[in-house]
Amino acid sequence: MSVLAKPLAGAHAHEEHDHEAELRKENLLLDPKPRGEMNAMVMDMMGGTTWKFWLVAAIMGALVLWGVFYSWGVMIIEGLGIAGVNQPVYWGLFLVHTVFWIGISHAGTFVSALLRVFKAEFRRPFTRAAELMTTFALAQAGIMIFAHMGRVWLAYWMFPLPNQRQLWTNFHSPLMWDFLAINTYLLSSTMYLYLPLIPDLAMARDRSTGWRKKVYSIMALGWRGTEGEWTHLRTALNIFAFAILPIMFSVHTIVSWDFAVATRPFWNSTIFGPYFVVGAIHSGVAAVAMVLVVLRATIRNMDYFLRPQHFDILGKLILIISMAWAYFFFNDLMVQWYGGDKWTSELLHFHEAGKWGWIWFLMLICNVAIPWLTLWNKKIRRSPWLLFTIGLLINVGMWAERFIIVPVSLAINRTPFRWGDYEAGVEVPIFIGSLALFILLYMLASRILPLVPVWEVQEGQMAHSIRRYGKEPVVTVSDLE
Amino acid sequence: MAEHNIPEYKANWKKEEQGKWGMAIDMDLCTGCNACVAACAMENNIPFVGEEDAGYGRGMHWIRIERLWDGKYPDVRTDFQPAMCQQCNAAPCESVCPVFASVHSRAEKLNVQVYNRCVGTRYCANNCPYTVRTFNWRDYDRPEPLNNQLNPDVTVRRRGVMEKCTFCIQRIHKAQDQAKAEGREVFDGEVQTACAQACPADAIVFGRVDDPESRVSRLARQGRGYKLLDVLGTLPQVTYLKGGSHVRTG
Repeated sequence: MSVLAKPLAGAHAHEEHDHEAELRKENLLLDPKPRGEMNAMVMDMMGGTTWKFWLVAAIMGALVLWGVFYSWGVMIIEGLGIAGVNQPVYWGLFLVHTVFWIGISHAGTFVSALLRVFKAEFRRPFTRAAELMTTFALAQAGIMIFAHMGRVWLAYWMFPLPNQRQLWTNFHSPLMWDFLAINTYLLSSTMYLYLPLIPDLAMARDRSTGWRKKVYSIMALGWRGTEGEWTHLRTALNIFAFAILPIMFSVHTIVSWDFAVATRPFWNSTIFGPYFVVGAIHSGVAAVAMVLVVLRATIRNMDYFLRPQHFDILGKLILIISMAWAYFFFNDLMVQWYGGDKWTSELLHFHEAGKWGWIWFLMLICNVAIPWLTLWNKKIRRSPWLLFTIGLLINVGMWAERFIIVPVSLAINRTPFRWGDYEAGVEVPIFIGSLALFILLYMLASRILPLVPVWEVQEGQMAHSIRRYGKEPVVTVSDLE
Repeated sequence: MAEHNIPEYKANWKKEEQGKWGMAIDMDLCTGCNACVAACAMENNIPFVGEEDAGYGRGMHWIRIERLWDGKYPDVRTDFQPAMCQQCNAAPCESVCPVFASVHSRAEKLNVQVYNRCVGTRYCANNCPYTVRTFNWRDYDRPEPLNNQLNPDVTVRRRGVMEKCTFCIQRIHKAQDQAKAEGREVFDGEVQTACAQACPADAIVFGRVDDPESRVSRLARQGRGYKLLDVLGTLPQVTYLKGGSHVRTG
């Protein structure tokens, strides 16, 4: 008997040991490193730039010069005639891309603030990368909305600037609401990005020399890490995390009002507010997943911080949001179709069966079918490049949704004599340029800013530990904050 | 609080305060000859956009003749409907402009477009249910001798600016100045818009709708009158007179 029992017990102990090792491998917060070592890892991320980095950066820079500067410059001189807009499709891809970028910008702050509010511990290593996405995507949205304007050199007239001629802005216009909402969002999300960055900048300041030291000294605002400073930081972060959520919801609702308050068939939908918010989060969380996959693959030491666990959770989040999006999509379609308005029916038929019907189906396939068919599978969720592909497809699908809403829905209106067509022109190079600028900004940020919130990870690691109760390894947490 | 002298974004429409100037268009009389379109382009310095742009939906006519087909060949009925800015009393274009470029003028009770103020968001055009606003997609050439036919009373617009039918406001002002100098009111028929003047069939009649005895008011009262997309509540100043008393075929 004992002969049999021994190997059994041994196997059991081995299994247990494996279980604990697995837990550590799985969860970053259970796999602590000494503070000094982790700080060095993060400092190492920012230095040691290879020629590959500069090559990609040069290509991106060239695309930005061609797309944003040259193409847009030509358009400013020539007029919007070289873009695809016409009568009746007065709004084209520029507005599609504005909504697209604002949508992407949403999830950065959403993921970070929501998870912080709910104290979801897995958020710790990737909040910064997500928050950066908000700021960088909003910059692209700004480019798009300015490129959209007929006389962009007069864009400052949108500011309520007191002037001698008593000209004022029209606060009845949804575009003014939009302008104010996006500016509020840009300012608050940038502050929300900056606050938790301060201790990490101070860490970088203390571990660097030369120009870096100077830059970090200024940016760290003299952070010393006293108890008072930490208290202030935590209070401020708490306020921002709670306050930024309603701001985030309001911004995309107001973006949807640009369409929903207009006297146009299909646009005039009361459910556009939440529909747009969910759509924004759908594209944005997918974009967060994409960014994290790329960061993990390209930046050294990142695979320590970003683990399959994070992709797993993001995959689940995407699946749930995809369901929410499908619910709102169906709700909108159902109510509009049931309403039976002549022009709306005409337009809904045009969406599905018209020239751009394939884009309508592409939207449904990418936004609903693909996540629903794949993301229930843990293996798929945990393999970064599959998740990247799914995220990319979801963003294609959300782009298609905005394309259906803007130019396709404008092509059909209440005056059949003025129905029209749309062919993209200079919008395409400008969009490629803005994509390149988005990537370039991330690349430059990865050289200057600690992309991982080190202090938050260390804090999480201190609070988490594995304890043994009997033979069972149990993950325990001390109360935080 | 000081009274702010900001433009009205939307006229608070009351029965007795409805617009001053109006138009009646007889659908029975319109032959679809497009003379009004040509006259409007001459009067208002509307640029020629060229074949390619016009084909792509960038023609800049402030008035258009909609040719609407009913039935299938050979049993086809044609209808012509001139469409221009309806000078709505509750205009959807006005409320959405972020910079007050599309405003309601108090004096003429018309919907006006301030070219110098326009930044080109094109929201007004999207919100116009009649799709009558046109945009300067480019700076258009006026090769010799076309530059000589520019009307000095009308601004030449540059690229990136929205524009639309003004009810020939320059002619209204001219007549008002004349009337003021002579110490009288503008009498009926003194002001003609370019389109009304050019119409060989006299299908377009322009005049004062605040005067119940003016020709346009009497026509609008006939019982054949209807407004375009009346259901939207935009309260247009243009009355269409129902066609069908004779049927155009072929």
